[in-house]
Amino acid sequence: MSAATVSPRKASREEKLAKQDWKNRQRNMRRAEKAAQRLKLTGRQRVMSWLLHIIMAVMVIYCLVPLLWLVFSSTKTNSGLYNSPGLWFADQNVFFQNIHDTFTFKDGVYPRWLLNTILYAVAAGLGSTLIATFAGYAVATMRFPGRNWLLWITLAFMSIPGTVITVPLFLMYSQAGLVSTPWAVILPQLSNPFGLYLMIIYAQTSIPISLLEAAKLDGASQWTIFWKIGFPLLSPGFVTVLLFALVGVWNNYFLPLIMLQDTKDYPLTVGLNVWLKMGSDTSVKELPNNLILTGSLIAIVPLIICFLFLQKYWQSGLAAGSVKQ
Amino acid sequence: MTAATASAPAKARKTKVKERQDWIGIPFCLPYVIVFLFGTIIPLFYALYLGFFKQQMIGGSSFVGFANYLKALKDTLMWTGFGRVFLYFWIQTPLMLALALMAALMLDSQRIRHIAIPRILMFLPYAVPGVIAAMMWGYIYGNDYGLFGQVAHALGVQAPNMFGSQLMLFAIANIATWCFMGYNMLIYYSSLRVIPEELYESARIDGASELRIAWSVKIPQIRGSVMMTLLFSLIGSFQLFNEPNVLKTLAPETINSSYTPNMYTYNLAFTSQDANYAAAVSLIVGIITMVLVAIVKAIGNRWDK
Repeated sequence: MSAATVSPRKASREEKLAKQDWKNRQRNMRRAEKAAQRLKLTGRQRVMSWLLHIIMAVMVIYCLVPLLWLVFSSTKTNSGLYNSPGLWFADQNVFFQNIHDTFTFKDGVYPRWLLNTILYAVAAGLGSTLIATFAGYAVATMRFPGRNWLLWITLAFMSIPGTVITVPLFLMYSQAGLVSTPWAVILPQLSNPFGLYLMIIYAQTSIPISLLEAAKLDGASQWTIFWKIGFPLLSPGFVTVLLFALVGVWNNYFLPLIMLQDTKDYPLTVGLNVWLKMGSDTSVKELPNNLILTGSLIAIVPLIICFLFLQKYWQSGLAAGSVKQ
Repeated sequence: MTAATASAPAKARKTKVKERQDWIGIPFCLPYVIVFLFGTIIPLFYALYLGFFKQQMIGGSSFVGFANYLKALKDTLMWTGFGRVFLYFWIQTPLMLALALMAALMLDSQRIRHIAIPRILMFLPYAVPGVIAAMMWGYIYGNDYGLFGQVAHALGVQAPNMFGSQLMLFAIANIATWCFMGYNMLIYYSSLRVIPEELYESARIDGASELRIAWSVKIPQIRGSVMMTLLFSLIGSFQLFNEPNVLKTLAPETINSSYTPNMYTYNLAFTSQDANYAAAVSLIVGIITMVLVAIVKAIGNRWDK
């Protein structure tokens, strides 16, 4: 039995080696090609190429420096923030202490905010994306009365500033007794016109109608066809819309600021700003700058991880979305 | 002649479609229609309705016709805020979109190695919530221990006061540019990737330089994306709220409660408790924004031709 388990492992190892060898060879070939290309560049082109790299590097540095500054700041004490270079460590590295203090500051309200943010983002992000996927799939692949209406009204109202409707939304929700409950943050964000627009485009370009017709002839119901054929084909578009919806909800500040009254219900964006505002309160001796900054770092890490790990999906989703404009 | 031949099959198709309707499409769209109605359409009309009333000290609300709307149109605080976000739009959007376009064209030029790395690194700030970005930059701008103060100190000069009334709009513009440059870059880059290669080949054979190709072939080809990002930036600029509302804590002398139209409506509704007037102001702000969007769209359509 042990032999049986060893031999496939061996085989896979050999396969891996062969694969690696092939990969190396490919890489060398590509390098050689590139070197040849580089030789072909004229002097002027070479200067241009240098210039391009320098400009690009400056832009990347501009994007990265504030993030690096945040990472370094999260390792410092409140006084360390004042007496050490912004882009390097202070004498004392208190990163773990800061994380501990952030999570326990003010009776441990920070983990509550983190959980709230995750709850709102997952509920509203996943909900709005599913709703937009159903509708986008139907608009792109079926013909039914009202189809064009839906498309036109969505397009027309996509440009309405979201904040215009937030104040009346608050009044509506306060009459319904929903203000100061999580529903007040989740329900309004289930509506995602831009997500619908992207899903329609994505469904039009990635679902062959003939495939659906064939399944229908086989007697499958529309519901089964959607889950068995439509949804798998839509998955890169789904991930793209989902990620951008998650970011939208995670980063939303205006809606929860208006809708929520209890500190315990706040998401991170509103909560961290409450800590920042403690500065105008004279009874507070020292603003917990290090905790605000550590809390900010923890708040952005999940989204950055999502974007990094799902790169393959959302980049292909974006590319498909840009085929048709 | 071509029109005549094309219209006949089109007509045939149309009648065929009328015969076969997928009624099942309606339940698929129903959840969206419901959330869209309750999330967008109804609040909009409710705002319109609220604008016609006024809260009285005694006896609840009474109908006042267009009084709130007329008052809003003459409201200097609203128009000052409007002027400010309009100026902000001109400071922020052209520069950000130009930088994003430049970055996308550079990534697409095939002269840069390992493009996946700069591409994702430039996109990362998009994942930072606007409020947190504003807080972070607020600290960085600070004279005491912010990066600006430290760099200025090292150079032996006085750090610029980013929180003063002259530089505040630039300070906010920089935060928004930092957040959204990579996002716009990625939109441009993905549309550049789908331009058919043949379009460049013929230009190259004609001896056009890469810069020339970028200007005369690539940019016109992705004008749809450029228009889309321009419209998003326009709407975003006129909705400006998060950044000034956060920086207000750090610079209370510069940013007042009517700094932007959105901050004004927010304070009307929640500080002055005048929801009816707030609804009227926000509706007018929304209508002006939509008119501007329509104008930009019309200009864009002319560019299409």
